[in-house]
Amino acid sequence: MVPLTAYLIVAALLFCIGLYAVMARRNAVAILMGIELMLNAVNINFVAFWRFLTPGTQATASGLQVGMAGQTFAAFVFVIAAAEAAVGLALIIAVYRNRRTVVAEDIDTMKY
Amino acid sequence: MQVDVVQWLFFGMLSVLVIGGALAVVTTRNIFHAALWLIVSLFGVGGLYVLLAAPFLAAIQVLVYIGAIVILIIFAIMLTRRLMGLREVPNNQWPFGLAAAAITFLVLSFGIILSSSGSTPLFASFREPVLAAVTSDSLRDLGVALVDPNQYALPFILASVLLEAAMVGAIVLAREEN
Amino acid sequence: MVDFLVSSGWDKNLAVIVASALGAVAVSSLGLVWILVSIWLERKFAGRVQDRLGPNRTGPYGLFQTFADVGKLLTKEDITPAGADKHIYNLAPIMAVASVILIFGVIPFSHNWIGADLNVGALYFVAVGSFATLAVLLAGWASNNKYALLGAFRAIAALISYEVPMILSLAVPVMLAGSMSMQDIVKGQSIAYVFAVPVSALIFFISQLAEVGRSPFDLIEAESEIVAGFNIEYSGMKFAMFYAAEFIHAFVICTLTAVLFFGGWRLFGFGTPGQELMGWITVWAKSFALYIVVMLLRNTLPRIRIDQMMGFNWKFLVPLSLVNFLMVMFLARPFTPDYAAADAAVAAGGLAAVIGGIFGNGFIAELPRTVVLLIANIVLFWGAVSLLRRYGAAQRQLIEARYGTPKAVAPAPATGD
Repeated sequence: MVPLTAYLIVAALLFCIGLYAVMARRNAVAILMGIELMLNAVNINFVAFWRFLTPGTQATASGLQVGMAGQTFAAFVFVIAAAEAAVGLALIIAVYRNRRTVVAEDIDTMKY
Repeated sequence: MQVDVVQWLFFGMLSVLVIGGALAVVTTRNIFHAALWLIVSLFGVGGLYVLLAAPFLAAIQVLVYIGAIVILIIFAIMLTRRLMGLREVPNNQWPFGLAAAAITFLVLSFGIILSSSGSTPLFASFREPVLAAVTSDSLRDLGVALVDPNQYALPFILASVLLEAAMVGAIVLAREEN
Repeated sequence: MVDFLVSSGWDKNLAVIVASALGAVAVSSLGLVWILVSIWLERKFAGRVQDRLGPNRTGPYGLFQTFADVGKLLTKEDITPAGADKHIYNLAPIMAVASVILIFGVIPFSHNWIGADLNVGALYFVAVGSFATLAVLLAGWASNNKYALLGAFRAIAALISYEVPMILSLAVPVMLAGSMSMQDIVKGQSIAYVFAVPVSALIFFISQLAEVGRSPFDLIEAESEIVAGFNIEYSGMKFAMFYAAEFIHAFVICTLTAVLFFGGWRLFGFGTPGQELMGWITVWAKSFALYIVVMLLRNTLPRIRIDQMMGFNWKFLVPLSLVNFLMVMFLARPFTPDYAAADAAVAAGGLAAVIGGIFGNGFIAELPRTVVLLIANIVLFWGAVSLLRRYGAAQRQLIEARYGTPKAVAPAPATGD
């Protein structure tokens, strides 16, 4: 079987590649793509931990159960990623309309 | 033993898709190609979810990320480009970015490998978990978990409110001033 | 198949992989082989509706017309426009065809004949259908042509808008069957869901028609709309792939509607494990009947404008499907079919035993829910149509206030020919 470590290493690698994209790309849309990569890495972690630690735990009706926490939070990350992508891209389009550029370095002043 | 090989084979292929696609996203000069490599990477992540016995999340991954978010990104690329084929070069601080990413990866993998082997006193109690079979229908459990008031019903409702706020915000932000 | 391979001395896992690969080839060839028939059928049908013969030269009754067309398209020069993004340009038609063929993998053709009985089958084909949307976008972008891009923008806007009522109306059979697996949905249909939730079936059918880009939602790639939209620059075999993808998609949505709403491989009392071939024939017959409806719509209805299409979706289909979803949610729960009680009723004899003998015990179990939902759906439909009529009357009054009522024009006198 593929051990948990393998999934965690893949997720860590994906996270760091996303981190590099956020820090080293000029285009704001490319930065957003890096953020999506980081969110996916976190999601892999969630689902991998769910699979290895609590896969078949049935939910009982007494108190907060953590049986499905991994998958549930992965689903919430999907929701957050979608919301963030929509608002972020709307922002980028609005900025482009005003400044005629999406290079992140040129959008760094609040004046003019 | 044979099943092991098949599992490792699929895991290897999917990891190559994920990591290779991600590397292509951050290094390619053409931003439209970067969006397409993002699709490849996200598809690989969806495949990993299938390996991890979460088929519902895999379908949602393809549907939401590839079918909606990437299309949104491509629309934004098309609406904000100055010239066709403008080449993307890394910005001035890319060595620092590379160093930071590399250091982060080293720290993370150090922590992962140390903790899984249980060698240091800090992680002595943690053992590599044994893979148990998935006994119940995870789809039904997920559905119950999302609406059970003892579980995650409140975050579920909050997430829907967040989505609505994001929708309204995106429409207001991207509207033409008239 | 696996047993055959294992008994010939193959290793078990290798046998599983090879058998799965062969199964995948068989399932994907289904759609591709069917187009040969369906394109000919479409052209003959269109011809007859338009009071002409249709193709009748190539072979008896024009049966080889499709082969002739494929031969012509294969021998055309393979042009890539200057400045186009070569790899994406070539990738787009492949993705269009692939996304449509992948849907065949989850359609249950009989009791045990299904490509892959995923427990998220209903969600899988929606996810795979979004690849077709992506293919349109890639085609429009890679052609390096302003008009292709504009056509692709409009097409994408329409395609992703119509996914919303599609998913909402898809959720209704999933709720009624209690599972997303396509086999479970078919097995739960002792009474076909179209009799319980006809509004959902109608909304699903209409939104799938819009997803395919089939009349009356033709504007996505009609010849007179921005010169064929996103596939202006495609010729030869690549255009043939888009063409084939559209036809396969048109047929597969009929199959999906047949499986989700019309009972799939079940026909009243049939469809038991012993009659696999009957189930297979039933699925094809039902989807073929729906395909005739699709062809009729194509040949009779005029094309809708893009703004009419979007208005129809967001102002009518989405609220209607939302209300329908809520209604089914509240009404289906108290009437969940009780198969044990139905078995007891049949065993008790009388009228229940007679009906159960003809239609099966499941029929009696699902009858109360079906009747309740049908009444509610009829009320909903009547309400929606009356709202629509009021809206139409208000629009008409607006127009007549501006331009005046049209005067009756006397018909031109017959010139005697």
